[in-house]
Amino acid sequence: MTAPVLNYAILAPILIVLGGALIGVLIEAFVAKKLRGRIQISVAALSLVAAFAQLIHVRFKTSTTAAIGSVTIDGAGIFLEGTILVLAFVGLMLIADTDNFTAQASAIPGSAEESAAIASGKQQTEIFPLTLFAVAGMLLFPLASDLITLFVALEMLSLPLYLMTGLSRRRRLLSQEAALKYFLLGAYSSAFFLFGSAFLYGYSGSLSLTNIAAAITGPGGNDVFLLLGIVFVAVGLLFKVGAVPFHSWTPDVYQGAPTPITGFMAACTKVAAFGATLRIFYVALDSAQWSWRPILTVIAIITMLFGAIAAIIQRDVKRMLAYSSITHAGFLLIGVISLNRPGLIASLFYLFVYGFATLGAFGIVTLVRDSSGEVTDINRWTGLAKKSPVIASLFALFLLSFGGIPLTAGFVGKFSIFTAAYSGGNTLVVIVGVLASAIALLFYLRVVLLLFFSEPTSESVSVVIPSLLTRIAIGISALVTVVLGIYPNLLINLVTSYSFFNR
Amino acid sequence: MSILTTLQLIPLIGSLVLIALPKENGKLAKQIALGISLVVLGAAIYMWTQFDTSSQALQFVEVRKWIDFFGINYAVGVDGMALVLILMTVILVPIVIVAGWNESEGGRWSVKTFYILMMVLETMMIGVFAATDLFLFYVIFEAMLLPVYFLIGGYGRGERAAAALKFLMYSLFGGLLMLAAVIGIYITAIGQIGGTFDIQKLSTLQIASSTQNWLFLGFFIAFAIKAPLWPFHTWLPSAAKSATPGTSILLLGVLDKVGTYGMIRFCMTLFPEATKTFTPYIIALAVISILYGAFLAIGQKDINSLIAFTSISHFGFITLGIFALTSQGLSGAILYMVNHGISTAALFMTAGWMVARRKSSQIADFGGLQRVTPILAWSFFIAGLSALALPGLSSFVSEFLVLLGSFAKYPVAAILGTTGIILAALYVLLVVQRSLHGETKPGNEALSDLNLREKLVIAPIIAMLVIFGFYPKPLVDVINPTSANVMSHAGVSDPVPTATSKAGK
Repeated sequence: MTAPVLNYAILAPILIVLGGALIGVLIEAFVAKKLRGRIQISVAALSLVAAFAQLIHVRFKTSTTAAIGSVTIDGAGIFLEGTILVLAFVGLMLIADTDNFTAQASAIPGSAEESAAIASGKQQTEIFPLTLFAVAGMLLFPLASDLITLFVALEMLSLPLYLMTGLSRRRRLLSQEAALKYFLLGAYSSAFFLFGSAFLYGYSGSLSLTNIAAAITGPGGNDVFLLLGIVFVAVGLLFKVGAVPFHSWTPDVYQGAPTPITGFMAACTKVAAFGATLRIFYVALDSAQWSWRPILTVIAIITMLFGAIAAIIQRDVKRMLAYSSITHAGFLLIGVISLNRPGLIASLFYLFVYGFATLGAFGIVTLVRDSSGEVTDINRWTGLAKKSPVIASLFALFLLSFGGIPLTAGFVGKFSIFTAAYSGGNTLVVIVGVLASAIALLFYLRVVLLLFFSEPTSESVSVVIPSLLTRIAIGISALVTVVLGIYPNLLINLVTSYSFFNR
Repeated sequence: MSILTTLQLIPLIGSLVLIALPKENGKLAKQIALGISLVVLGAAIYMWTQFDTSSQALQFVEVRKWIDFFGINYAVGVDGMALVLILMTVILVPIVIVAGWNESEGGRWSVKTFYILMMVLETMMIGVFAATDLFLFYVIFEAMLLPVYFLIGGYGRGERAAAALKFLMYSLFGGLLMLAAVIGIYITAIGQIGGTFDIQKLSTLQIASSTQNWLFLGFFIAFAIKAPLWPFHTWLPSAAKSATPGTSILLLGVLDKVGTYGMIRFCMTLFPEATKTFTPYIIALAVISILYGAFLAIGQKDINSLIAFTSISHFGFITLGIFALTSQGLSGAILYMVNHGISTAALFMTAGWMVARRKSSQIADFGGLQRVTPILAWSFFIAGLSALALPGLSSFVSEFLVLLGSFAKYPVAAILGTTGIILAALYVLLVVQRSLHGETKPGNEALSDLNLREKLVIAPIIAMLVIFGFYPKPLVDVINPTSANVMSHAGVSDPVPTATSKAGK
């Protein structure tokens, strides 16, 4: 019996990030309080950079599977890994402002212990290893090519996120409530995913995506098992991407989580979850499209419309961005149901530019504060442009990119995804998508109106002077949004050469 | 590099220069902006002299790869129609800057920002007419809304923020419908000739008639909102009422022309079959616009809303001329676009001066200006006469051509349209009577007449109204080859007159 071949070189990006996380745990335990924060940031940043370097190193490796076929490295996988690492790196710059996180997570909100922790100036920094653990899970999720590995990766990325959601420094009860809600619903959806996996195993006798695909094209098999399997696996995935009707956690979690985490989660989780969704539906369930495409089409339509309409009535910036992310999940689902190469290209492009705009937007939310912390009530943002024209303009830029106004990267993303759907013969979703965009524009523009055309009131907020890292993070996001809007060639050619799945 | 690219680059670089200026020095910003716009004007006139009027082909063409993956190019080039519209644009910009020398002050933001927006807008206004790549056109078509949005919302009057939002939402909604149609035609192109957005190549496509109808509607509704045609016009009066006179001139004079321009360039050329299908309905909408705009103009109490409604009526005429599908109608419509730009500029400008002096835009507040401010009153009067298409002024030529061209095919529509002329006389002469004649109303006694700057800027406009009224040849020569080309693309020919033989019976 031969020893299993793991192919460490290909797995290395994930392993490096995991290693960094473990080192982070040790640092948290052993390094002096004063130095801890800085060392944690450096270790986290270094492991992300090292993982990215290794990823570039192995990007043309001929061997495409690792860990006995449970991980597939192909063009799309590499690109998704790269996107996650880059977004996580920028997200880390926002997270580095530890002022947003609770001094001591274990202290009960409002207790004497908590005030003591704050007074002593203690600052726990477990957020950094947690981030790395989540990133490792995210890297694995879109590469996993059997259902067990998918499930493990799903849990690996989710568990740290549940925890990170609860670490907000201010409004801790809200934060903890969000964490609990996220955890409970997340656990449910994981169970659904596992349940579906079991059905798919029952149908095909295998856990590997390739074998499931073969079983679908092959003779026999119990179609009821297949259908149930698809439905339950889809529920698990749709929960993660925040599609209607599995979206209800999104607004609460986005609102409750510390804002840098919200940005990180919104950007990176979307990439990882859509990466895995694309792989499952493109690779394993391609031949069964008759059974899932109509359902997903309906879900995409409802998701786009619901997100856009619900966002109109939001008064809280973070909740509004949450509903906006639901709308975008709908747009991205169009890429999934297109089920063609343009659809894959469009999805990869969209995920990249959406991720940056999201990080930038949440980065700005962290800056708008009053004496008691962040202010997310949109009515108190009125006239922000008068006080801080640059911040207001950048926020407007990100919103316009979300809205898909030409000369922003969001427009190119939207254009390519609609094109893919149209060429897949799905005219209906294009029309609904256009309508949803119009509705979504209404609330994006209302915010722009509020920022620029309203006089600041006495209630209005101020903008804190951003730390250097936050400034860089927002700057990079804005740059990506503008440059890829004007000259998308830079990314789209790269995406084109990487957009394939190995079956 | 094509001169069209240069034309776009000059104001763009100008806006960068303005950004570098200190905020306090508003006067310098104005002077620089004016200087730049004059340079652009000079360059455009040079382009006009180089234009070959005997050719139907696109001229000053430049094509560069932009987004390979979708086959998108940065492609510019002009035919006669695009040329005259670009000329009109670059003439209006310096005029607007001088006429509204002080309107950039007292806005929400600095004077400098006003001119940055203006320069960016000029770049895009040239680009939108020069683009020969559908995608490039679409991008500019949408992006140019933003500077206007900020110009209205930042420097306008009254309910400016709401008006700006209304304007933007209407336009963006139309734009999104068009996006779906743009994608539709692109996918069709992939199936037949490979992915391209080149307008000339796209016009060779064979599109099934049901698809054609849908795509046509996607484009047409976007352009009808822009133009604006009844019933898509509701954003215009509020925008015109709230915007500064300069912004209104550019909005109605240039931006709205993109709508009628697009109907010719895209609807007719790309979807000839659908054009014929929808023509009767569009003609009906055009006639309704003519009459509706005219009737509502009569009833307006606010002078800016009045001008806005007259424009709705005029856009009805332009649309009627376009969809009459005769070469006279088409040439008339294109000429009308230019003349309407000049005439509306004269109206908004003089009205703006009146409003600025009286600090009120209610027609009822004026009266007897003829005695107090004779030059201003005469200027407004002449501008009004050009709006009612008095023979001898340029708008008469185009209105006559439009009615002539449409009578050959749609006599009923033409006759109904002609009543629009009578209504035009009514709404113009009523406002002239109320504001210029009669007794000098209290509050008007001390109004000052035009100063040198204002005289300098109204003079060339009135000169253009008169010169092109008597001698439209320089414009018509440039326009005619285009309309012939469009006619042949749309697969229609002029009807042969049959009236004489019938009369003999």
